[in-house]
Amino acid sequence: MTSPRIPQNFQRPLARRGLLKGMGAAAAFATVPGALAACSSSKSSGSSSGNAGSATSPVTFGSNYSDASPKAAFAALCAAATAAGGPKVTINTVDHNTFQNNITSYLQGTPDDLFTWFAGYRMQYFAAQGLALPLDDVWAKIGGNFSASVKTLSTGLDGHQYFVPIYNYPWVVFYNKSHFAAKGYTVPTTWDDFITLCKKMKSDGIIPLAFADKDGWPALGTFDILNMRINGYDYHQKLMKHQVPWTDAGVTAVFDKWAELMPYLQTGANGRIWQDAAKALEQKQAGMMFQGTNQVAAQYVTDNANLDDLDFFPYPAINPTYGQDYMDAPTDGFMISKKAKNPAGAKAILEYIGTAAAESTFLKTDQWDVGVATGLQAPSYDAIQKSSVTAISNCKAVAQFMDRDADPAMATAMISIIQKFIDDPSTGNITSLQNSAEQQAKAIYTS
Amino acid sequence: MTDQELNPAAAAAPRAPRRRRVGRLSGRDKAVVAVLLGLPIVLDLAFIWGPALATVGLSFTKWNGVGGLSTKICQPNVPSILNNGCLYGVQNYHQAATIYPEFWPAVRHNLIWLAVFVFFATPLGMFFAVLIDRGIKGSRMYQSILFLPVMLSLALVGIIWEFMYSQNYGLINTVIGHNHNGNAIDWLGNPKLNLWSVLIEASWRQAGYVMVLYLAGLKAVDPQLREAALMDGTNAWQTFWKVVFPVMRPINIVVMVVTVIESLRAFDLVYITNKGINGLELLSVLVTSNIVGETQRVGFGSALGVILLVISLVPICAFLYLTFRRETQPKGAR
Repeated sequence: MTSPRIPQNFQRPLARRGLLKGMGAAAAFATVPGALAACSSSKSSGSSSGNAGSATSPVTFGSNYSDASPKAAFAALCAAATAAGGPKVTINTVDHNTFQNNITSYLQGTPDDLFTWFAGYRMQYFAAQGLALPLDDVWAKIGGNFSASVKTLSTGLDGHQYFVPIYNYPWVVFYNKSHFAAKGYTVPTTWDDFITLCKKMKSDGIIPLAFADKDGWPALGTFDILNMRINGYDYHQKLMKHQVPWTDAGVTAVFDKWAELMPYLQTGANGRIWQDAAKALEQKQAGMMFQGTNQVAAQYVTDNANLDDLDFFPYPAINPTYGQDYMDAPTDGFMISKKAKNPAGAKAILEYIGTAAAESTFLKTDQWDVGVATGLQAPSYDAIQKSSVTAISNCKAVAQFMDRDADPAMATAMISIIQKFIDDPSTGNITSLQNSAEQQAKAIYTS
Repeated sequence: MTDQELNPAAAAAPRAPRRRRVGRLSGRDKAVVAVLLGLPIVLDLAFIWGPALATVGLSFTKWNGVGGLSTKICQPNVPSILNNGCLYGVQNYHQAATIYPEFWPAVRHNLIWLAVFVFFATPLGMFFAVLIDRGIKGSRMYQSILFLPVMLSLALVGIIWEFMYSQNYGLINTVIGHNHNGNAIDWLGNPKLNLWSVLIEASWRQAGYVMVLYLAGLKAVDPQLREAALMDGTNAWQTFWKVVFPVMRPINIVVMVVTVIESLRAFDLVYITNKGINGLELLSVLVTSNIVGETQRVGFGSALGVILLVISLVPICAFLYLTFRRETQPKGAR
């Protein structure tokens, strides 16, 4: 189950319908928090039905969990929510590409009460447009189940919560334990060790790092991690919001380090899908691969490869100031649409989903993601999931992934820029690509 | 306008005098005219002209698809979320032509696509048609094989060719022994190669399409013409170029139009291959990638759509000019 991050479907959302409907102006988002202050965090935690609708009448759930196994896991989750005293849930599953591409018109039309979505800027964007319902009263009840950083991830730009998370997954460097043992390789923790290991692998006739970027988004992860290792998390977030220009020396440093790594990355990445890169790792043609567990571990399961042999380590440290403090760990979860017919019932469902028990239910069939509730003891966790928990909890902060932290239009622009970098990582090209990125960022963010 | 065009009800009223005026139509005739002419006009305005004009209008705005449009002028240096739905002047066009790195490659690729279809796929299809028309052994089988790709959707064609072109697991690299990581040829990822790789896929299908059109044309050529040419001592080459080809003029025009339309609406193959990035940019893909998605740049995408519309109008106008000129000629001769 991949999580396609970038608009990639040609089914056209009927965008102009929004025009015909003459819906409220965009400025309306500014008034949303005030209008809903009545049901915000100060509300007592007595009953869940204080709003329109009823906590017991049925709710509908728009879902993008369209692949078979997450679909089953999601159905089990909703059934458990009903069994735990929540209302009956009708799930409307839509293919995930279609779902993501149509989200704007979907939320402005007749949306389901609840919908599946992603944390970070992607959530904040729709919250700021006034298309999502603030969930401060839900968070008043479930807040104790989550760490402060998870709460931050669920908070919109206006300071209200709009999102209830369920799982995340780390972006780390994968390798096969047996392969490392047979060749006598050791896990690198610093950049120098990493490059030394890559050189050794190359001389052993192994591709040091399996690499693929045909879909465009996987290489954004490499940019994210290098940026966080070199310039730190705060810089990365500022860059994603275009508070730092793309022509900055920090960005040049990221591309320079990447250029240093290029000889050890699998060649022809722009023509390879990440599934084929994962196969190179499975077949031990490649020694390592940097990607999310949601992809690599899931692919091992799909291919019936030896999942027990798979292991990972956090990306090696580059700048000692930041060490291995940060990583990408995209979080998925749920929101309530502003036009929900039964917000009280929807909130009752989210109050259940925001518990460790609910996450355990979901994770019974999922062998690659990890729950985000604190103290979650999932009996079904495999070694990868257990290491994921440790790796994420060792971080001082986790980023969401470039297209969740940045405006998706900018992420789309960066996809082609990074592919051009992969084609030609020379210094001159880096400069012109940075200029191009900055010009587009100006057009997308500020003009 | 001829009488017949103005008066489709004439067919419904048999033996109607040729010079009858509209005012002398019965009420029922008028109703029929109103429905038969009015309905298509309304549908055409609503679903073709309306959206086209709306696109032109939207191309002068900045809008992300949420909320309504306003008549305010966009403020400079303000976060885009506060500048939603405002009037943006020709900024979208300016940005497309100056700072949007995909724009000029897309225009160039569209032109290359057109050139390959005109100078490679179409002659190839014609060649197949002539070979098959000569009745070589097993011609029906060849005809079926060559036509098969036309029956498949382009999306499927793209997926089939992925199996051929895949670096490490594809047929081509495996057969030529270039499927190892050191020497693999990156057919679909290398921006110097992938446009040509995809054009081979497109031509594979287009040649079959053109072949069928020409086969129909060749069947319609009077055999007596060929016999006469043969009597005059021409060889096969001369017969084709001097006799058969000129007779097929109507088919040639149809094929030309099909070729231009197919190359301008090229989209599916590159989208299936890599979403139309990194060497496969096309204008149609840029329109889609800006308008479809979570956060939409509707104004910018519309501007690109208008540019594509203007480019499309050139061959459309040329075709209409030729068609109307041909229709008016026989009338003048009458």
